[in-house]
Amino acid sequence: MAKILTKNLNLWYGTFQALINVNMAVQEKRITAIIGPSGCGKSTLLRVFNRMNDLIEGVRTKGKVEIDNQNILEGDFSELVQLRKKVGMVFQRPNPFPLSIYENIIFGLKVHHLAKKEEFDRIVERALESVLLWDDLKDKLHSNALRLSLEQRQRLCIARAIAVAPDIVLMDEPCSALDPQSTARIEELMRELKKDYTIIIVTHNMQQAARVSDDTGFMLLGELVEFDNTDKIFTRPQDKRTEDYITGRYG
Amino acid sequence: MKLRKIIEFIIEKLIFLCGVASILFVILIFAFLLKEGISFFKEVSFGKFIGGRYWYPISEPPQFGILPLILGSLLVTLGAIIVSVPLSIAAAFYISEVAPIKMKDILKAGIEMLAAIPSVVLGFIGMVTLVPWIKKAFHLPTGLTAFSGSIMLGLMAMPTIISISEDAINAVPKSYKEGALALGATRWQAMYRVVIHAAMPGIIAATMLGIGRVIGETMAVMMITGNAAVIPHTFLQPVRTLTATIAAEMGETVHGSMHYYSLFAIGIILFVITFIINFTADIFLHRNRK
Repeated sequence: MAKILTKNLNLWYGTFQALINVNMAVQEKRITAIIGPSGCGKSTLLRVFNRMNDLIEGVRTKGKVEIDNQNILEGDFSELVQLRKKVGMVFQRPNPFPLSIYENIIFGLKVHHLAKKEEFDRIVERALESVLLWDDLKDKLHSNALRLSLEQRQRLCIARAIAVAPDIVLMDEPCSALDPQSTARIEELMRELKKDYTIIIVTHNMQQAARVSDDTGFMLLGELVEFDNTDKIFTRPQDKRTEDYITGRYG
Repeated sequence: MKLRKIIEFIIEKLIFLCGVASILFVILIFAFLLKEGISFFKEVSFGKFIGGRYWYPISEPPQFGILPLILGSLLVTLGAIIVSVPLSIAAAFYISEVAPIKMKDILKAGIEMLAAIPSVVLGFIGMVTLVPWIKKAFHLPTGLTAFSGSIMLGLMAMPTIISISEDAINAVPKSYKEGALALGATRWQAMYRVVIHAAMPGIIAATMLGIGRVIGETMAVMMITGNAAVIPHTFLQPVRTLTATIAAEMGETVHGSMHYYSLFAIGIILFVITFIINFTADIFLHRNRK
């Protein structure tokens, strides 16, 4: 059964239509990549799943987006908060808060009143362990998160997202600010994480999609042109436009 | 060709002069204050001046203790901070985070207007509205109190604090707020758990500059604080500030007398206080920029 299902999803920024009839089914505990040239709507699509587009004025959405059979587009305020707890997000530029490492991780717990103070230490340890930061950072949990390296910051952001125990983690070009070695390590981490989480990653780096993802969707000018197993997309694309893109004829 | 070079040279030097003029003026002012004030300290010790409990500059023998004046200034300033800082920070948050664009413009224009009102007008309005009200509300013999001064000065400090805090809040990267919201925080939680932390150095700097404005303010304070040079014990007592003392007595003192020099000595103290405050504000502003 599909974890996330979009049905005839359309989205407008004012009069500009950014998503056109997107139909897609994301499977549970797999990595789904969305690829496409800049401006094709892939980030917009990603931000539909935790309704970050709500922040932008003049956005209208039509159609349905179901997560575990519930239409997320209609929820009121408290459901929105619950949605964002369930659907975590990692951004393009690592954006740890200007607080201590410890405070960064328990931020979500505090906001949702998820755990008691006594449990914080354990949750912080587990979150940092799962992003392989614990050994490096266990002695400086209370120093400022902005002192970390870029890669560590991005790992911390991932730890922060999974500390509230989400189902789904959205990643918006999570490696585009990182060097190749860091990128490889974050990709390794993503493969680890997919045992527990459903991951959707937006990337304009086709090799990355080919390396880490199980399913891939190709978007162009607001349309989801093709969506299939990653192997299939990269070896036997059905659509001419997909083929042109992955063979590097444009994009 | 030669003429052009000369013109270039002259303009460069002129601009340089304009550039250093402000520093030069500050140095000159301080030098003048020092020159006039220093002869006072030959007669009265610094400790006696700062720590003396009585300000009777024209009795016989005169007593030049400015402790009541310093405490008066501090009390009024403290009150003004309590009145203005929470209000101003809340207003800055409203303007930069919550208000719709139209409201933002109206509010910003309003704040500039508030900054443009001459202090004598504010003092006058305080005298005819606030002072009688305070007298009635607290059953006091007089409404000319430190509390009245604090409220009016708080109003005067608000534009400074609001506009600089608002800049600081606007300068907080949007990604912090986005990150907080994406974790399911409400707007309010994002504001007080993340944005305010990031903007804190700027907000502190704004507060310091507001304090600088309050401590140096003269006219309004002189009109509504009652000007009694006694050590205050509550907010509901008349006080006299350092600034009001200089303004009120400078016109009546004999040029070259001890009293005359003592007023310059007060000026030095004021100068040092505001210098420290501005300097602290500057440190925080720079930290914010990094």
